[in-house]
Amino acid sequence: MPSGSRPATDPARARFRARLARWMYLVPAAAYLLMFFGYPIVKNIMMSFQQYTTTTFYTGAAPFVGLRNYAEILASDLFSKALLTTALFTAGSIVGQFVLGLAFALFFQRRFPLGGFLRSLLLLPWLLPLVASGTTWRWMLDPDTGVVNTALRGLHLSSSGIPWLTGTSQALVSVILINIWVGIPFNTAILYAGLQDIPTHLYEAAKLDGAGPLASFRHVTWPLLRPVVGVVLVLGVVYTVKVLDLVLVVTGGGPAGATETLATRSYELSFQQFEFGRGAAMSNVLIVLSLAFALVYLRANRRARNG
Amino acid sequence: MISPARPPARRIAALLSGTIALALAVTGCGGGTGTGSDTGKVTSITALDYYSDEAEHSQWGEILSACGRSAGVKVEQTSVPPASLMPKILQQASSRTLPDLLMVDNPDLQQIAQTGALTPLDPYGIDSSGFAKGILSAGTYKGKVYGLAPDVSTVALFYNKDMLAKAGVAVPRTWDELKAAAAELTRPGRYGMAVDANATFEGSWQFLPFLWSNGGDEKRLDTPQAAQALQLWVDLVKSGSMSKSVLNWTQADVHDQFAAGKTAMMINGPWRIPALNKDKNLHWGVAPIPVPRAAQTPITPLGGEVWTVPRSASKARQEKAAQVLACLNHSSSMLTLAKQHFTVPSRSALASRYAEQVPSMAAFVKSVEAARSRTSQLGVKWPKAATGIYTAIQSALAGEQTPEEALRHAQRIATGD
Repeated sequence: MPSGSRPATDPARARFRARLARWMYLVPAAAYLLMFFGYPIVKNIMMSFQQYTTTTFYTGAAPFVGLRNYAEILASDLFSKALLTTALFTAGSIVGQFVLGLAFALFFQRRFPLGGFLRSLLLLPWLLPLVASGTTWRWMLDPDTGVVNTALRGLHLSSSGIPWLTGTSQALVSVILINIWVGIPFNTAILYAGLQDIPTHLYEAAKLDGAGPLASFRHVTWPLLRPVVGVVLVLGVVYTVKVLDLVLVVTGGGPAGATETLATRSYELSFQQFEFGRGAAMSNVLIVLSLAFALVYLRANRRARNG
Repeated sequence: MISPARPPARRIAALLSGTIALALAVTGCGGGTGTGSDTGKVTSITALDYYSDEAEHSQWGEILSACGRSAGVKVEQTSVPPASLMPKILQQASSRTLPDLLMVDNPDLQQIAQTGALTPLDPYGIDSSGFAKGILSAGTYKGKVYGLAPDVSTVALFYNKDMLAKAGVAVPRTWDELKAAAAELTRPGRYGMAVDANATFEGSWQFLPFLWSNGGDEKRLDTPQAAQALQLWVDLVKSGSMSKSVLNWTQADVHDQFAAGKTAMMINGPWRIPALNKDKNLHWGVAPIPVPRAAQTPITPLGGEVWTVPRSASKARQEKAAQVLACLNHSSSMLTLAKQHFTVPSRSALASRYAEQVPSMAAFVKSVEAARSRTSQLGVKWPKAATGIYTAIQSALAGEQTPEEALRHAQRIATGD
């Protein structure tokens, strides 16, 4: 690099300033990430290896116990049950939300009077605070006095009513149904936007080729919607796995632990039994599960793009 | 546990916001640098309680200020919703910003005393003689008294006088009478009996009078005595005299069912009385909880909040707080509080005089004498036993397990670590 002909300081300083500027742009984002994502995660991992109890808050003493917190929560028979419940809750919610969300998105793609108005009404469950809508659902599903059972009895569909919140298998179904209701707006909104991006001339071409509505959905809509579907499903899973407030409001994890998920277990351990170490271990298991799912998605996505 | 009706939504919202505050405390973002060590004259002290209900807050505010005046300080009272109190205390403990005077629910006292955040009361020269045995044991940790409650309470059987009269049913005194009366009082759209069988410590608390009165014990849950007590609740649900929804009901929900005439009898505490009195058309009575065999005395759990003096940098502030605490536990304050909240003064001699003055409270005064504190046997291990108990109640009432199986499982939860 010949540099003798020009004043020596200027390019060096300029280079330094350019590098500094680059770093300055990075610093706010990096500091934010470290403070609000890095620190809590590191702290949570640390806590999961400590005996962190109410006493710790006052004395600050939290002895390291190695993997004991993990061994305890994984060995508990409540864990496998909560894991299964979490899997059923997530799978049920996602399938329901996605199928109904897609159906609504396709429906609203047609132009009809009041279509826009109705589409915005569909967003309501998303706009309501979960504690409010959860409480309302709890009233509606009350086995004795709820409107749902009253209607079923009135229509002679069920003489005694369905124990929506008091039956051990029905309660999980109820919570899944409510969560589907909560999730439909999100699915519809994103899928609807995805549908708008598909050029209409493709449909016209398909029609000219003699494709019916089913064939044009299979060969035009679905392939072009795939990337959006991937995003909706991954976000859906990540949102659903960690659902806490809805379960707490509607069933509180009951009856007899039938709606206890990993998230509610973690909450109970930390904030009701004040076993922060074990609660942290439980939430780390939850984080690893979400992370595993996100990685599977990313790899599938990369393969799809490369292939 | 002893607080008046709060809608579940508000309760959970409070719980969640408390959780966020606590999460911040866990991650060390508590902030604040403590109350400081002002060596000068103390003119005001801080107090924290969970009397967030407006009427309760102002009634306690009055008595706190009156006691503050006699100690020569201004008392700055803060009230948080019951569910947020424990998170708040932990958060303040970690940032060394605990108030000078702290109220805690009696079963939580030993856990907080264990952390070392509280000071024993005897060095302040506070007189703890004559207190009912149960409440004194709840306020004691490792042989030292850390907290005293001016007034205490317990649960009893509330019944709708009109419904009992119409059905020609006498107030049940034994379990058999309870089952018969509940069945007799059940109509379409109305149940005979209601309890709180919620999957929380509240559910365990409501079950204790049945467990204890039958000779059961929280130290050993897998006994025939415990199974018989749980069987009683199962029978009430199975026969249709009690709604299966009790699985989801809080004490506030149980109250609402009773007030709405959807149940003829319920287990609840005297803190419901002000709300029950508001409805002029509701004619209710209160009786001791039915016992297994006639002429037994029910053994009920003791409810009530104890006041404590947290450790702080300023000895002078601690002294002032202790003076206010002593004043709260004077006979006159006890009587005022007991009359305001339909509770029972915690000094036994005073309680008997009170029963003569306020005959409607006689059932509670009698029950409180025999009442046991939840932590008297297990101390800081009580939360585990309580978790075992409500787990057993839930699975037995949901029909997942027989009472015996459920209680064997409960015993494993209670003794596991």
